[in-house]
Amino acid sequence: MQAMVYRGPFKIRVEEKDVPRIEHPNDAIIRVALAAICGSDLHLYHGMMPDTRIGTTFGHEFIGVVHEVGSSVQHLKVGDRVMVPFNVYCGSCYFCARGLYSNCHNVNPNATAVGGIYGYSHTTGGYDGGQAEYVRVPFADVGPTIIPDWMADEDAVLLTDAVATGYFGAELGGIREGDTVVVFGAGPVGLVAARSAWLMGAGRVIVVDHLDYRLEKAREFAYAETLNFTQVDDVVVFMKQTTDYLGADVAIDAVGAEADGDLVQTLTSSKLKMQGGSPTALNWAIDSVRKGGTVGVAGAYGPVFSAVKFGDAMNKGLTLRMNQTPVKREWPRLFEHVRNGYLVPHEIVTHRVPLSEIPEAYHLFSAKLDNCIKVLVEPAAA
Amino acid sequence: MTEVHRPYVADKPAQRETNEQLRARIPGWGVDLDPQDRPGYPREQPGIETGAHWELPERQEETYPRERSIEHGMLPPVFGTVAPLHGVSGAIKRYAYARYSEGRLAHWLLLIVGDRVEAFGAHVRSFATLHPDLPVKVGAVVAAEVHGEGLRSRFGQRRSDVKHQWLDPVVVLAPWVVSGWVGYRLTKAVLGRR
Ligand SMILES: NC(=O)c1ccc[n+]([C@@H]2O[C@H](COP(=O)([O-])OP(=O)(O)OC[C@H]3O[C@@H](n4cnc5c(N)ncnc54)[C@H](O)[C@@H]3O)[C@@H](O)[C@H]2O)c1
Ligand SMILES: [Zn+2]
Ligand SMILES: [Zn+2]
Repeated sequence: MQAMVYRGPFKIRVEEKDVPRIEHPNDAIIRVALAAICGSDLHLYHGMMPDTRIGTTFGHEFIGVVHEVGSSVQHLKVGDRVMVPFNVYCGSCYFCARGLYSNCHNVNPNATAVGGIYGYSHTTGGYDGGQAEYVRVPFADVGPTIIPDWMADEDAVLLTDAVATGYFGAELGGIREGDTVVVFGAGPVGLVAARSAWLMGAGRVIVVDHLDYRLEKAREFAYAETLNFTQVDDVVVFMKQTTDYLGADVAIDAVGAEADGDLVQTLTSSKLKMQGGSPTALNWAIDSVRKGGTVGVAGAYGPVFSAVKFGDAMNKGLTLRMNQTPVKREWPRLFEHVRNGYLVPHEIVTHRVPLSEIPEAYHLFSAKLDNCIKVLVEPAAA
Repeated sequence: MTEVHRPYVADKPAQRETNEQLRARIPGWGVDLDPQDRPGYPREQPGIETGAHWELPERQEETYPRERSIEHGMLPPVFGTVAPLHGVSGAIKRYAYARYSEGRLAHWLLLIVGDRVEAFGAHVRSFATLHPDLPVKVGAVVAAEVHGEGLRSRFGQRRSDVKHQWLDPVVVLAPWVVSGWVGYRLTKAVLGRR
C-alpha cells in the first residue's frame, strides 16, 4: 500500500509499505477514505517529539471502511464506514473506566505520562497513522464509531480531532455566562474553540494570531474579535486595556509547542530543542487572564520542561486545566451541534490533496503558504 | 479626575451585548450554558460505558523485546510495532528506556540523540538506493513554494515567523555540513598519515 513515511526532520515521502495485519484479537484494519494533517503533525515533522522513528507513518485524523476484523470484535463488521478518534485506548483500564480516554494505561509501553495516539511517534505508543491506504486500529469495539448517514465525510474526519479538541479546549476554560474569552491561535483548534466559547455563553470572544488570513476566518467562522499580535507592542498590555484593566475571565492556548512571538523561546525550543516547547502563547494566556481566572490548554507540548511563568499563575490564583482530548466523550454533543449547524467543521478546510502529494502539503501547511488552514488527504485506495 | 477602571471597584460592568443580541447574531449561542451539562463534566465518571467487554485486554504477542518506560509495572497488553529499535540508535534508546524514568531529562535527551543518529544512518544508507534522501525535499518544497506563492504568502504580511523561518534550512542542513566537514578532515588525516 501507499503510505506517508517519516525520513527525519522536515523530510517525508510516500512509500510502498505492507498492509498492516491484525496483531490482537480486538484489532481492525481500516481502509482509509479520508485523512487530515493536524497542527500536532507539524511538531513531529519538525523533529520536536522524542523517539519519532524513521519509517513511521503519521496521521491521527482519519475515517474509512472496515477491511478486516480480529476474532473478538463484536461491534464492527467488514464494510462499516467508521470515524476513529485520534486516541488509541482500551476502554477498561483505571483511566478509561473513568472516561479519561486520552490517558489510557494499556496501550503505550513507551511512556506512562501520555496515552496512545495513532501515528504520533513511539512516545505515544509506536502506532502507525492514517495518512496511508490502510491502518491498524486497536480496540475496534471501543474507539471507532459508525458515521451517521447524514454526516458529510469532511465533517466526520474533522471530528476525529480538530473539532473535538477545539470544543474541549473551550470546555477546559470552564466558561460561564458573559465571560470574556481570549483564544490564542487561529488554527483549526483555535477557530473551533472560539466558536464553541459562544455555545457556552461567552459574552465576548477575542482571537489572537499573527496570520491575517486566519484571523479573517476567525471573524467569519467564529464571530470573534481579532488581534494580530505583531501589531501591538505588548499583547498582555493590550489585553488589559481592552478589558478595562481587569483581564480576560478565560484564556485558551490553542497554539502549543511552536508558539511564535518571542525569538528566545522559539530558538530554544523549535530550533535548538532545549525546551519541550515554546510557551509564548501559554505565558501570554497566564498574564492576560484576570486573577482567579482559568487557562485552558489545548495546545500540545513535548515531554521536556518548558519555561512557563508559573509564579504568575500561582500568585494570580489561576486554574490551569489541560489534557489531550478524550474525543469520543465529546461526540454525542458535537454530533448534535453539527446537525443543528452550530458547528460547521468543513468550513475550515482549505486544501484537499491526493496522498501522493503529501510532502508538498506538509511544507505548505508548515510554512503557512497559500492561506492554508486545514489539509485533507485522499489515499488512492479510497 | 482620574478615570476609575474596572478592577478597582467591586461591580462587574455590563456586558457589551445582551444575551438576546448575542443569540440573534450567533447561531447556537448559549446552548451549552450550564457548565454541569457539558460532555467533560464531571471529569471522572466511574462506570462510564466504553464498549470494552473484558476486564483486562488479552495480551498482544510480543514478537521482539519491546522497550518500555520503567514507570510501567508491566508491558501493557497492547502496543505499536512500527519500526522496532535497531543498530546504534536502538542501543542508545534501549539504554534511555532501561535506565531513566520519564522524569529525567537524560531519558529524553538520549531519545533525541538516538533519533538524530537513526536519521543520519538512514540518510547515508539511502544513497545506496534509488531514493536518496536529499538534504531538503527539493521537489516538494519547490512545488509548494511555487504553487503556494511562497514570497507573496510570507512578505508584506504581518507575520512573526518569517523572522526565523530562514533558520529551518540551516537546522536541517547543519548536520550535513558538520558531518561533511568531519568526513573531510578524517579522510585527510587518514590519507595524510600514509
Ligand atoms: N489537546 C489535544 O488533544 C490536541 C489535539 C489536536 C491538536 N492539539 C494541539 O493544538 C495546537 C493547535 O493545533 P492546530 O491544528 O490548530 O495547529 P496550527 O499550527 O494550524 O495552528 C496554530 C496557530 O497558532 C498561531 N500562533 C503561533 N504563535 C502564536 C502566539 N504566540 N499567539 C497566538 N497564536 C500563535 C499560528 O500562527 C497558527 O495559526 C497544536 O499545538 C496541536 O498540537 C492538541
Ligand atoms: Zn491532532
Ligand atoms: Zn485504557
